[in-house]
Amino acid sequence: MSIEFVPTQAMVASPPGFLRRLRRALRGDPLALAALIVLLGLLVMAVFGSRVAPYPAQGEGASDVAARMLPPSAAHLFGTDQLGRDILSRVIVGARGAVAVSLLVVGLAAGFGMPLGAIAGYRRGRTDAVIMRLTDLFLAFPPLLLAMAIVAALGPGLDHVAIALAISWWPWYARLARGTAASLRELPYVEAARSAGLPDRTILVRHIVPNSITPILVQATIDIGTVILAAGSLAFLGLGASPPAPDWGLMVSEGRTFILDQWWLATFPGLAIFVVVLAVNILGDLLRDLLDPRRR
Amino acid sequence: MKRFLLNRFAGALIVLLGVSIITFTLARLIPSNPAALYIGPRARPDDIERVSRQLGLDQPLPVQYLVYMRDMLTGDWGTSIGTKRPVLDEILNRLPSTLELIFAAMLIAIPVGIALGVLSARWRGRPPDIGVRLVSIVGVSLPAFFLALLLQVFFFRNLHLLPLAGRTSSDLRFTNPLESITGFNLIDSAITGNWVALGDTTYHLILPAIALAAYPLGLIARMTRSTMLETLDQDYIRTARAFGLRSALIDYRLALRNAILPVLTVIGLTFGYLLTGSFFVEIVFNWPGLGTFAVHSIVSVDYPAIMGIALLGAIGYVVINLIVDMVQAWLDPRVRLT
Repeated sequence: MSIEFVPTQAMVASPPGFLRRLRRALRGDPLALAALIVLLGLLVMAVFGSRVAPYPAQGEGASDVAARMLPPSAAHLFGTDQLGRDILSRVIVGARGAVAVSLLVVGLAAGFGMPLGAIAGYRRGRTDAVIMRLTDLFLAFPPLLLAMAIVAALGPGLDHVAIALAISWWPWYARLARGTAASLRELPYVEAARSAGLPDRTILVRHIVPNSITPILVQATIDIGTVILAAGSLAFLGLGASPPAPDWGLMVSEGRTFILDQWWLATFPGLAIFVVVLAVNILGDLLRDLLDPRRR
Repeated sequence: MKRFLLNRFAGALIVLLGVSIITFTLARLIPSNPAALYIGPRARPDDIERVSRQLGLDQPLPVQYLVYMRDMLTGDWGTSIGTKRPVLDEILNRLPSTLELIFAAMLIAIPVGIALGVLSARWRGRPPDIGVRLVSIVGVSLPAFFLALLLQVFFFRNLHLLPLAGRTSSDLRFTNPLESITGFNLIDSAITGNWVALGDTTYHLILPAIALAAYPLGLIARMTRSTMLETLDQDYIRTARAFGLRSALIDYRLALRNAILPVLTVIGLTFGYLLTGSFFVEIVFNWPGLGTFAVHSIVSVDYPAIMGIALLGAIGYVVINLIVDMVQAWLDPRVRLT
């Protein structure tokens, strides 16, 4: 579930000052620094995939029946699964899917929601009312329920999960962009542009959208974690990638049957989801604190 | 107040109307051939045509929508493809079991979350605050299904303390059969004086409730902490301190009362999470509720059931938020006057 946060003047105004403050905040906060390192590690795994995995072929799905269900050891740090595949390799290779889905969802949701929200906040009046009522409809469903119904309708698959999540996520971006646009609209330079006779479309493209990008980017960063959690949950239900894909949620689901005896099968992919979401949330808190002057 | 209520009710009705359009679209437009889905994989062309006519799929879309609305309003939510029984019956039969789980989770999440939030705000920057912030951020980051598995391993396998899964022990129906009156096991066993069943039910409820409570607990603790900090900064609190009021009195009587309003909104929002969260917890704990039914319906593409559950979820969510709005208006006159 996204938590709405209210964009403030500070974050609309100055990105460079913001980066400087971010660096200073990171230096004083070991937990946030650790979170940043975790996310950099995730990026490396996502970019290099099987090239940084100890057993590249097994990461992709090749089985080794002789080495089934081995507990964690020096040779297999996370143990092996029911088909003898090295779980560490599968977790590493699975990073790409998790990152790709979350970027795709956040990109689609922001790409669709932001222009709509900016128009609503800038135009006000009836356009605003219509667009906001539309977001109400999508937000009327409990989180994930709409996404589940959409995936059920489209059929399982990673791409369908991404589409379904984006459809249920865009209203948050529309609302956020609307709030920023509404406050930007009152600023003197926008008023000046309006009185100089610039058409609405030009003002939106040149002034409103570029200046509301910071809060959107921050929300998108925070959402990466939530989306990984959501996509993992859908995969756990069997709605995401299908075997033998090294998908974290799917691996937890497959390992669930063995949880009492071979606990490592489900535990390590589950931990992967948890650690990544935790890291994003810790950084998200830091970003929010930085952007909200009342919290400083 | 009357005007405020009317406004909110009208708004909720409009939203529900829109929601029904979304579920209708998902149920009728996206599957290329709903009739074939109803019959199953070995459908013959003439069967499909017959079922299409039965389902009214040969009618224009607006007509189909009106028929759909009429059916929904009269309680005909279609027939489940999986169980061949009316969807609404299937849902209502399983609802009490899921609601019992949700209420149990809320019973943990609300008091503990608020208490932790207040504690954290009182000791801002000190060890209790750091501890609570850690607990709450872990709570919102743990996938419910993963926490459920960890709880099973720890409390069932390692400590032998709590049952692995299920809503009651399997031999309970022979030793102390539970009479179903409300569908809520805790209530049914208490009013029939079946103490063995009451104990057994409670025993089975603990782990799923904790697994489900973690996320809302974290969210409520975070929200309480931040609104408490804001409130404790206010002038009237400083005045109270200057007058030498006891700090416990200030925290709990003066500050918490004003800090609780935004927390209420979060509690309303978490009900929505609890419904979908219960799907995952129910699957792991083999809990015979709406969630298990929902997941089976989703996996087996049981359209009428899925759309029924989505519609019910949206109705429940809208109603809960309406109630939260009303409670807020009742507690805070500013809400109803603006």
